[in-house]
Amino acid sequence: MSHAPDAVLTLADKIESITSQSTLQCYQCGKCSAGCPVRDYMDDSPNQVVRLVQLGFDESALQSSTIWLCAGCLTCSSRCPQNFDLAKFMDAMREISLKEKTAIDEKDTVEFHKAFLNQIKKHGRAFEFGFIRDYKIKTQNFLQDVDVAPEMFIKGKIGLFPHNVKDKEGIKKIFDKTE
Amino acid sequence: MKIGYYPGCSLSGTGREYDLSLKKVLNLLDVELEEISDWSCCGATSAHATNHLLSTILPVRNLALGKKQNLTELLAPCAACYNRLIVSQYEIEKNPQVKKQAFELFGEFDSKGISIINIIELFQKIGKDKIIEKREIELKGIKAACYYGCLLVRPFEITGFDDSEQPHSMEEIISAAGAVPIDWNYKIECCGASHSIAHKEIAVDLSEKIINDASKHGADVIVVACPMCHSNLDMRQKAMKKNIKMPVLYLSEFIGLSLGIGANELGLNLHFISSDLLLEKVK
Repeated sequence: MSHAPDAVLTLADKIESITSQSTLQCYQCGKCSAGCPVRDYMDDSPNQVVRLVQLGFDESALQSSTIWLCAGCLTCSSRCPQNFDLAKFMDAMREISLKEKTAIDEKDTVEFHKAFLNQIKKHGRAFEFGFIRDYKIKTQNFLQDVDVAPEMFIKGKIGLFPHNVKDKEGIKKIFDKTE
Repeated sequence: MKIGYYPGCSLSGTGREYDLSLKKVLNLLDVELEEISDWSCCGATSAHATNHLLSTILPVRNLALGKKQNLTELLAPCAACYNRLIVSQYEIEKNPQVKKQAFELFGEFDSKGISIINIIELFQKIGKDKIIEKREIELKGIKAACYYGCLLVRPFEITGFDDSEQPHSMEEIISAAGAVPIDWNYKIECCGASHSIAHKEIAVDLSEKIINDASKHGADVIVVACPMCHSNLDMRQKAMKKNIKMPVLYLSEFIGLSLGIGANELGLNLHFISSDLLLEKVK
């Protein structure tokens, strides 16, 4: 356990305030990691990240690639014998990492989410061409998907123009209130 | 039957054949859709992966609009939208503070008074008998792998739908079309979802395992109910090691074939993997 002064919140406290569940609920059986489809690509296994938080290694936990590679498939949450919602824990970890500007190796994933949400903020609906363009500019990842992109256009699966909601002001208010 | 409709963003883009085929099929099955006027994005993975409050409030806007139209039932054919809508509805009931913030934006409304259903639940409501009655072609001998992915069946505590480990509801519907559902191991495994862009290799690997298992168990086709799963399983096959060429059809397209609707009318020509071999077996 970390022994922070009262006024300073530990990572475990912050996660608990977002998710309404204590990280101590996890008793480290590892069932989550056994069924995790993305485990092979992660540095720490999902239950190890929870362990880091339990022991107060806040920085190491926040810097783990695991929190960004979690696909949010909810397999862990649905199988946990302690009913610990690990997917929700991972959501909270990402949110805190962005808020506190932790150094993140998984920059592409972060840029993807940012580019996606920017289009929602602008148009109210996802605009695939727009967010993929912005994502590629940010990540300099120009060659990815040249194998499928032309066919996507031909089949009309990616439009060049966004669909806008009428109530753009309402969408703006949602982002103002929640960002 | 009349039902509220939240198409979601993918159904006018990467998954437009889902919308196309769904509307044609429901028309034949006497279901009328009433689209939510001026609906907006549910926030998808990017919102819930980075901002909990935003990810709850964005879907609730659509529930508020639906209530304004006096809808009591809302169909969300995209599994990801379905999940975001139903989880957000649950979250605001559990968290009065978030509910208050939502009401400040959208005005007070009966947020529990709208029931959100997925496409399988809609076909269950229509009933197997109706599908059999309207069936033009029995998809006899077609071996289909029903793929649920993640977001239709999890979290069970909130959706209360089917079973999170061994779902079987889609199998019953495709049986009504005359097809043979196969037993296989990957029906609830993740396809890699939104990693498709930033970590294409993960989406390709995970999707390949799904395709391989379906093929190993003799499937002629994989049937899906999510535009994200569809694009990973269909579009990403090009990048896979084995060249299996497994057709991947939306549930609405598959049912549409049995109702006698033409393949191109259902949008099968918009897929990356050709369905020609499957269609030959259907004849």
